[in-house]
Amino acid sequence: MTERKTLRGKTYVLLALMVVFGSAGDVMLSHGMKKLGGLDGWSFEEVLLFFSRTLTSGTVWLGIAMLLLFFISYLLVLSWADFSYVSPASAVGYALVAVMGYIFLGEHVPPIRWLGIGLICAGVALVGGTHPNTRQNG
Amino acid sequence: MTARTALFITIIVFTSQGGDLALSYAMKKMGEVRSFGPRHLLKTLGRAFQIGWMWVGIGLMAVAFFSLLALLSWANVSLVVPATASSYIVGTLGAQFLLGERVDKVRWIGVLIVCLGVAFVCAG
Repeated sequence: MTERKTLRGKTYVLLALMVVFGSAGDVMLSHGMKKLGGLDGWSFEEVLLFFSRTLTSGTVWLGIAMLLLFFISYLLVLSWADFSYVSPASAVGYALVAVMGYIFLGEHVPPIRWLGIGLICAGVALVGGTHPNTRQNG
Repeated sequence: MTARTALFITIIVFTSQGGDLALSYAMKKMGEVRSFGPRHLLKTLGRAFQIGWMWVGIGLMAVAFFSLLALLSWANVSLVVPATASSYIVGTLGAQFLLGERVDKVRWIGVLIVCLGVAFVCAG
């Protein structure tokens, strides 16, 4: 029983880390790329110049570091939890990003998106109620 | 939706989910991580990258990523992202039949609701 609780506890912690690092990484990467501006052309020199400019952006590097931490958390949780548990449960990130955009950036959230956020939360609650590892503990 | 767009969405869904399933299989082969100290984690990750399935997974994810970039060069993001929400269903089917996970009715209903929710959030 205690082992089941520990397994569930560490699964929740790593899922939370995945959601936080994944969302933060996406936002930073997007912010960094927008600050750099678009690609001027598609010649080899222009693509190379754009790529080297990308690597000088601190925000892009921070985004890459966040996504790396997301990937490590993802690999760790998959070492014990079902893929059919981790994959839908991590979708809560979509809802979180939309809600954060609404609260902190004052973004307009249309009704269909609120409906989607509600559905994601309901679906994640259902999946979260099942056991994270069905291969061992059924 | 053109036939080319439908083909690319299918490729993206199957390669991304195939990649995730391969990563999951590789990590299960390695066994449950029980210690989270920095040295132990580095050793664990080093061991994980020696498993062939890990590289199969990364390769498939790279194919999915470049197919998505190609698709976005002609298709609208508001069509592409909601359509890829169906990957939750493909992934769960793969987990059930390829990885042997026991997906009960409650989890299936949850997956379908999440899938619908993601499509709505991305389409909104």
